[in-house]
Amino acid sequence: MLRLLSFVVFLASWWIASLVVGDAKLPAPPAVLAAAVAEARSGALFFNLGVTLARVALAFTLAMTLGAAIGYLMGRVRLADRLGDPWLILLLNLPALVVIVLAYIWAGLTEAAAIAAIAINKLPTAVVTLREGTRALDPALEEMAAIFAVPRSRAFRHVILPQLAPYIAAAARSGLSLVWKIVLVAELLGRPNGVGFEIGVAFQLFDIPLLLAYSLTFAAVVLVIETVLVQPLEARLFRWRPHAA
Amino acid sequence: MRLDVDIARKTFINAAGERTDVLSGINFVLATGEVGVFIGPSGCGKSTMLRILTGLDHDFQGQVSRPADARIGMVFQEPRLLPWRSVEDNVRLAAPQAGAARLSQLFAALELNGHRNHFPHELSLGLARRVALARAFAVEPDILILDEPLASLDATLAANLRDQIAALVDNRSVTTMLVTHDIDDAVRLGDRLFFLSPRPAQILATVPILTPRAARSEADLNRIKADLARLNVVNV
Repeated sequence: MLRLLSFVVFLASWWIASLVVGDAKLPAPPAVLAAAVAEARSGALFFNLGVTLARVALAFTLAMTLGAAIGYLMGRVRLADRLGDPWLILLLNLPALVVIVLAYIWAGLTEAAAIAAIAINKLPTAVVTLREGTRALDPALEEMAAIFAVPRSRAFRHVILPQLAPYIAAAARSGLSLVWKIVLVAELLGRPNGVGFEIGVAFQLFDIPLLLAYSLTFAAVVLVIETVLVQPLEARLFRWRPHAA
Repeated sequence: MRLDVDIARKTFINAAGERTDVLSGINFVLATGEVGVFIGPSGCGKSTMLRILTGLDHDFQGQVSRPADARIGMVFQEPRLLPWRSVEDNVRLAAPQAGAARLSQLFAALELNGHRNHFPHELSLGLARRVALARAFAVEPDILILDEPLASLDATLAANLRDQIAALVDNRSVTTMLVTHDIDDAVRLGDRLFFLSPRPAQILATVPILTPRAARSEADLNRIKADLARLNVVNV
């Protein structure tokens, strides 16, 4: 109910703003809706959203898997931490644009280059979060597992992984929002399709209804994925925690 | 299962590079089914000793011999349960080979039947201790290590749990080490009492109790305690 209300407030302020600044700069909601419907009818909207989502899924999975593995290693092994730390600081502070442009120059305007560039942007934050999580592991529980001779794989699954879960969830959360932002830039600069590409085209043609149609449907998809996928998953993962009454 | 311990010396080096002896001369043998009780002042090195005995710490002078395939069950000072697993899953993780019947019997004996599906944060400390005990017994240990398992429980509950420990130990005749500050627990449960010195810990006195656990009357217990007081080693 509250969500609906805030959505209505958003629509109303949009409409009022478009009346104030004029249709040329900010079209009213019906014009944007019409552009979205037209794109949906031709199938272009779903195709481009699908392509972008596929890139997000691939880059996100790649960055999370690699980032978690590297972060765990750096949290466990001092040598790995000391070797990896300068690289980590470099990657953390490297602007996304630099990575994307360099990837396209070195690997060509290819799908692989785009996905690698997005993944590299997300990787260091996943590494840092998982490294912190690994450092915070409770040695008392690992001692317990060792004394009771719990096999390594079982101990990892039941003792280590649940302790890392909040860190993995945090890395996924912040990582996903980062990937949502970067994927459009990568598409704008070097892909012939996807939401980012379409927004680039709309920008060049100054087609603001089209631009907003893509932006808002994309935002809606992100919102749906967050509420339908990410939040229920977190709730399930942490159901053992004491609940506030 | 026989446990043969001979720790000549254990030294820690702190951040400043100074060496401190924690253990110097811990020497004892526990026969199969024997309950050895270790009594000593706080911070004397008992936890370090247990870490060595359980094989977590190999950096010491001396030797600990126990069969390589000895199963160890341990109850820690804090229960050390996995907060994200139910009571039953906590026990099953340590003892995957324990059958359903055996677990039911154990949960019944420790009055945990109503709590099998609870998570540890839903338990009181006394209950969590009992779960830790259930876990230690579920592995059918050859060697049982109890590190102050009754600390900070109220007297009634502690007495109750102590009787349950006694029953479980006698049932399976498991070689047991009990670390405690409580002389009452010591004389009720122990077959042999070891009194430790302040750090660096060594064994000051060894006192066997010949009357079987189950046969000890209140008068026996008082007599043993009076004997111990005369020995002048009980400073805890």
